[in-house]
Amino acid sequence: MNSTVKKIIGGIIILIALLALPHFLKFHHQDLLIFLTINVLVVTSYRIVTLTGEWSLIHAVMMGVGGYTATLLFKNYDLGMWFTLPLAGGVAAVVAALLSFPLFRMTQFYFLIGSFAAGEAIRLIWIQYIYPFGGTGGLSGIEPPIIGSIDFIEAIPYYYLALTVVFFCLFILYRIENSRIGLILHAVHWKAPLAESVGVDTWRYRALAFIVGSFFVGIAGALKVHYLGTITPNQYGVGFMVFILIWVIIGGYNKFYGPIIGVIVLTLFDESIRGFAEIRPAIYGVVLILSILFLPLGLESVPAKLKAWFGIGSGPSEPSLTDK
Amino acid sequence: MELFLQSIVNGLIQGGFFALFAVGLVLIFGVMGVVNFAHGELVMVGAYTIWLLHAQHGLAFIPAIAVAIILVTIIGLLMERFLFRPTRDDPLAGLICSIGVLFILQVVATLVGGEGPSKQVPPPFHGTLILFDYLRIPYQRIFSLVVSVAALSTLWYFLTRTKLGWALRAVALDREAAALQGININRISMIAIGVGAGLAGLAGALMAPLTNINPHMGHNVLITAFIVTIVGGIGSLSGAVLAAVLYALFHTFITVYFGGTVATICGLILMVVVLIIKPTGIMGVRVSE
Repeated sequence: MNSTVKKIIGGIIILIALLALPHFLKFHHQDLLIFLTINVLVVTSYRIVTLTGEWSLIHAVMMGVGGYTATLLFKNYDLGMWFTLPLAGGVAAVVAALLSFPLFRMTQFYFLIGSFAAGEAIRLIWIQYIYPFGGTGGLSGIEPPIIGSIDFIEAIPYYYLALTVVFFCLFILYRIENSRIGLILHAVHWKAPLAESVGVDTWRYRALAFIVGSFFVGIAGALKVHYLGTITPNQYGVGFMVFILIWVIIGGYNKFYGPIIGVIVLTLFDESIRGFAEIRPAIYGVVLILSILFLPLGLESVPAKLKAWFGIGSGPSEPSLTDK
Repeated sequence: MELFLQSIVNGLIQGGFFALFAVGLVLIFGVMGVVNFAHGELVMVGAYTIWLLHAQHGLAFIPAIAVAIILVTIIGLLMERFLFRPTRDDPLAGLICSIGVLFILQVVATLVGGEGPSKQVPPPFHGTLILFDYLRIPYQRIFSLVVSVAALSTLWYFLTRTKLGWALRAVALDREAAALQGININRISMIAIGVGAGLAGLAGALMAPLTNINPHMGHNVLITAFIVTIVGGIGSLSGAVLAAVLYALFHTFITVYFGGTVATICGLILMVVVLIIKPTGIMGVRVSE
């Protein structure tokens, strides 16, 4: 069997499993599954921003920009989800484009702090201006669409809807990363001066990655708000941004699927320590520190490490260049 | 006019606190290259210590301050030894570790103080100084200002007049060159974070009677420290002190006329503007990478 056939069969099995999954879950877990699906899009879109080597702290707020856009369009102009989804992405992308002028004059530490400041400023604007953003209490009454007899307020139909949208977005993000643009983004990260010397405008590509990432996280924000029905500024604060960072870093940010593994494993982990509500953040803190100290490349590197470990453990087999 | 003068006085006293914790953040970043996201939580631990020992268990205010400083210094030293030292080559890893510490300290504070409303500490110094019939300054605030100025002066003396202080500044300028001169980087890092954390503990202890104490109070502290650090110029201690005072006045005035949220929004915008126009800050000191 060649690898393409293997990949297709593997893909079909995963797809069937994902489609069947909600039918075996309790209602509370179905809810969780929807948010997990949306968070997969959040971390994957964050990865495209980090491809250029810049760690932004505004991604959570950009998701909020998408969420607020969808909310305001739905409540004030009665636009359905089919319009609010792309428009939420579009508005987030426009905000990102405007912010990229000041933000990408900075790099590294300065960019980190600058993006944090810009995000907090946007969030405080939501808190300050009760009209139209609803202040600290936020807004509510956003509804999912109804098509014929299917009411997407139910968890299972909405899960299928979210899964379709997320899959579509992941496909586009994957294609972008493996296109020429993706290669240039990698080049900007690892060899910025060299990339510049062959005519790559690094500023433009940093901004492009930021805008594309914001577009997709804006869509994620709209997906979330249409299911949850409410939006508040605190949902998209530093707390959530920290979770995005944790998911991406614990999963491993060197591969496309690393952050996805991170968000899935940590969501399961989070669910398993639900009983320790009060000390849950501290458990997270400990796990975060341990993974940074002992697994700096993330969960994604575990299979390779295990292989290497067993390779050594199974006898005097010398590693050779032909080993795959 | 009365409101104007009163705001200037309040702003100056506020500036003392801002300077205390911002200077600590600058020291830690300058010497170790780590952005300590748990810095606000160190201030929070300082404030909680005062609440626990002074307000709950009746220990006198001054000894309670001493305990707060020692406790927070120890937390800082542990962070250096077990988190920042192993991850020294990767500044992002240090930052993430400090976020882990942030979570842990918040939970510890919740466990110690319990959920529920913010804690208050009754001011140990009573009475108010009245100047020119209308300017009212509570003695508690005067005490805070005096202690802040004394602590910052001591720090200034240490950094500019002692050999150890020179060594510390040398490491901040160029770590490798300093190491080649025989300066022990690990020891200097310990001193930097010890002093930085100690000042954060002191700031928390001094703020305790004047603010609402809760496990999440570190968030605003951190934002303020970032603004002050950036505006003052990362790595510049005198810049941080000057920026702390200016930003405190700026924040106090906007709060008086437009409210606290608008004041913070303006501060953040100010910070982004400074980052764009003059990323080295108002004092214009360059930090080596």
